[in-house]
Amino acid sequence: MLIQQLVNGLTLGAVYTLLALSFSLVMGILGILNLAIAELFMIGGYLGFTLITAGFPLPVAVLGGMLGAAVIAIAIEKIGYQPLRDAPLVTPMLSTLGFSIILQNVATNIWGSDPAQLPDEYFGKQYAFGPVNIGEMQLIVLVATVVLVALVAYIVQKTPMGRALRAVAENREVARILGVSADRLTMLAFILSGSLAGVAGVLIALHYGTITPYLGVEIGLKAIAVMVIGGTRQIWGALVAGPLIGIAEVLTVAYGGSQVRDFVVYGFMILILLLRPQGLLGGARSDQGQRV
Amino acid sequence: MSTYYASLLAESGILLLGALSVYIILATGQLSLGNGAFMGIGAYLSSYLTVALNVPLTLALVISAIAAGIIGAIVAFPALRLKGIYLAMATVGFGEMVRSFFLNFDAMGGSGGYRGMQHISVGYVWLWAGGILIAVMLLERSRVWLEMQAVHDDETAAGLIGLNTTVTKIGAFGVGAAVAAISGGLFAHHNVYIEPANFGFDRSIEFVLAVILGGSTVGPGSLVGSLLLVFLPEFLRPIADWRLAAFGTLLIVVLLVRRQGILDRSLIRTLTFRRAAA
Amino acid sequence: MSNALLQLTGVTKTFGGIHALSGMVCEVPEGKIVGVIGPNGAGKTTLFNTITGAYRADAGEVKLKGVDVTQWPSYRIVREGIARTFQNIRLFGSMTVWEHLLVAQPHSESAWRRLLPIAWANPAAQERAEEVMAFFGLTELRDRPAKSLPYGIQRKVEMARAVTARPKLLLLDEPVAGMNHDEAEEIRALMIRLRDTGLTILLIEHDMNFVMRLCDYLYVLDFGVLIAEGRPEEVRANPVVLDAYLGKDS
Ligand SMILES: Nc1ncnc2c1ncn2[C@@H]1O[C@H](COP(=O)(O)OP(=O)(O)O)[C@@H](O)[C@H]1O
Ligand SMILES: [Mg+2]
Repeated sequence: MLIQQLVNGLTLGAVYTLLALSFSLVMGILGILNLAIAELFMIGGYLGFTLITAGFPLPVAVLGGMLGAAVIAIAIEKIGYQPLRDAPLVTPMLSTLGFSIILQNVATNIWGSDPAQLPDEYFGKQYAFGPVNIGEMQLIVLVATVVLVALVAYIVQKTPMGRALRAVAENREVARILGVSADRLTMLAFILSGSLAGVAGVLIALHYGTITPYLGVEIGLKAIAVMVIGGTRQIWGALVAGPLIGIAEVLTVAYGGSQVRDFVVYGFMILILLLRPQGLLGGARSDQGQRV
Repeated sequence: MSTYYASLLAESGILLLGALSVYIILATGQLSLGNGAFMGIGAYLSSYLTVALNVPLTLALVISAIAAGIIGAIVAFPALRLKGIYLAMATVGFGEMVRSFFLNFDAMGGSGGYRGMQHISVGYVWLWAGGILIAVMLLERSRVWLEMQAVHDDETAAGLIGLNTTVTKIGAFGVGAAVAAISGGLFAHHNVYIEPANFGFDRSIEFVLAVILGGSTVGPGSLVGSLLLVFLPEFLRPIADWRLAAFGTLLIVVLLVRRQGILDRSLIRTLTFRRAAA
Repeated sequence: MSNALLQLTGVTKTFGGIHALSGMVCEVPEGKIVGVIGPNGAGKTTLFNTITGAYRADAGEVKLKGVDVTQWPSYRIVREGIARTFQNIRLFGSMTVWEHLLVAQPHSESAWRRLLPIAWANPAAQERAEEVMAFFGLTELRDRPAKSLPYGIQRKVEMARAVTARPKLLLLDEPVAGMNHDEAEEIRALMIRLRDTGLTILLIEHDMNFVMRLCDYLYVLDFGVLIAEGRPEEVRANPVVLDAYLGKDS
């Protein structure tokens, strides 16, 4: 059932998009890979899960996951990024790796390493559109993704802070010379990115109805691939690459290729890195050589 | 020595080789987050050789190291175009591809894993680990190592003072991959069971962690890091559940206050001087 | 001219719309000190970069002793006999002075020897390093991290590193920039001593007076174009040169 698969792929793709957007907000603007985003996503998922099972409505769960992740993102920025901002870019990446290890360990100790299950009565409803069945949660994921992307787009494109962010993303040197207050921008990038990861976590945890502390690594690494495919210096690349990879994955699984799925996605990522480092959406490469 | 401690000691020897594999590549300024994959290649290949073809273990390890070294050099060739974080991301992708390959490699058990290897002693593990550590420490005093340092510090300038940076970088990747493969072969024959999950992202990260914590500018740093990662949890028994969080914290602290890791040239000098004076 | 060590014909390099170097023609005869002068942004450093293969020339040829090296990778050009320094000092951050002098030596030994500890396997390399260190007066600073040294000394370390490679031609990019008078005089004396050992030098310098008293021949660049050449006194008298200099800064 092709259309059904496309819808399923789109749902997965929506989550990839959110998470890849989360990675690329920091990567595109600061040039660093915040590896802890994967765990913010997982923690967001657990927070949402906990709130829902405690009887809170969905918006509260989403908000809870978002705030929790954003708060941790602030801590990461303050402790793990600020003091290392002048170090080689690999150094802050390693410090975010430290946070990622800590967060995974904390989650394992709080929630256990066995999968947590959501009872069936939550979001089990199915809607039929002709031959296509859409689960209630699937619908929520898709709608929430559209809303969130629109929100981020508004912040980045229309607000003064957002414009400053883009200026920095385009040229870090120029931004420094113009005296754009770098500290606040950095913080904004981390908060936006952390919030998105948190929400994405809530959505996917509720969608799958199950979660483990290893969710972050599984989906987070994939989201890094999605970001690269969309273009690391291209905040919006994820909008194309997310659905693309989501659908491609679901289709390969549906048509008997489940084994090669990861192989193909990561292979594609490496090809992009090598042959088109600006990503699918990126413009032409600049012809300015490195100065000697 | 109880079998428990013997097995911890073997584990640290295996980790030491993994850490050295990262260290050698890092010495040219390249960060690999995919060395778990080379370890996996060494584990699977050497196990196949000893179990299915009855090749003696030492020979199997050598063959695996050479094979992984060639694969490493082949991988490094396109990777020459990538730097810093982009290279790191590509190596993550490579690691995941290899893991996915072994998951589907039904001839050797796929996701079910592979068994049938002969158990090896901790002494044999450390014969390799110690030997390779000494070899690396000798290499650190050679011309080739200076060339690697030059590439690490300033690749463009290295080329412009007459160094063939391509050969240096590919060579480092090849040798690093070979050392990781030996680590994998020893792991397979110490554990006598392997599965693809043994060689994923977590493993690659563990190697990097050992290098960064122990000291990323001197070979013995990897030794310190490996012993620390394996034995520290023993002293942290009361908080055993939190040992990973402790390592994560330690990593952040080290990056913030002592970026070169616990051991560096000047600490080694102080320590050896004291010993000489005593 | 057949006795030219280095010969450039029509060398051109553009960046986007900028013609950093247009149809450069020049020759460096063996055993001489030749200067390249011109205002900031004239293309002098670009000239060095295309000679040493750091940039690929868009057109034209670079010949060393008649061998076309235009398309060669940098390291082969260096091994063929061209060593250089950089306008923005590029020493290796993790190395001592001594290590700089070892790492830049010609690659005559076999691969195996290069894998063994230097102390055992390369007595010749160590002798060479000692010799160059003494020549540049750096012996006292042997084990100091090169980047921790004062600016003027870092420039000397860079020159020494280039000289250990036993080049035929030494390219120096503003070797006395930012130095006081005494330091500059010391470098000038070193250059003359180097020339007297048979080394050929191509030198970029901003300061007219400095090159006047040092060079055997001068090339003047402006906006990537060779606007004048000749012996120092000829160049000094050339109105085109005065114009280029007075029209801009200094
Ligand atoms: N890698 C590069 N990318 C872009 N433009 C460059 C590059 N290198 C040099 N240029 C440009 O070429 C021109 C000549 O520069 P340069 O050779 O450094 O001048 P000089 O050394 O004479 O001061 C300048 O306009 C400079 O901006
Ligand atoms: Mg210049």
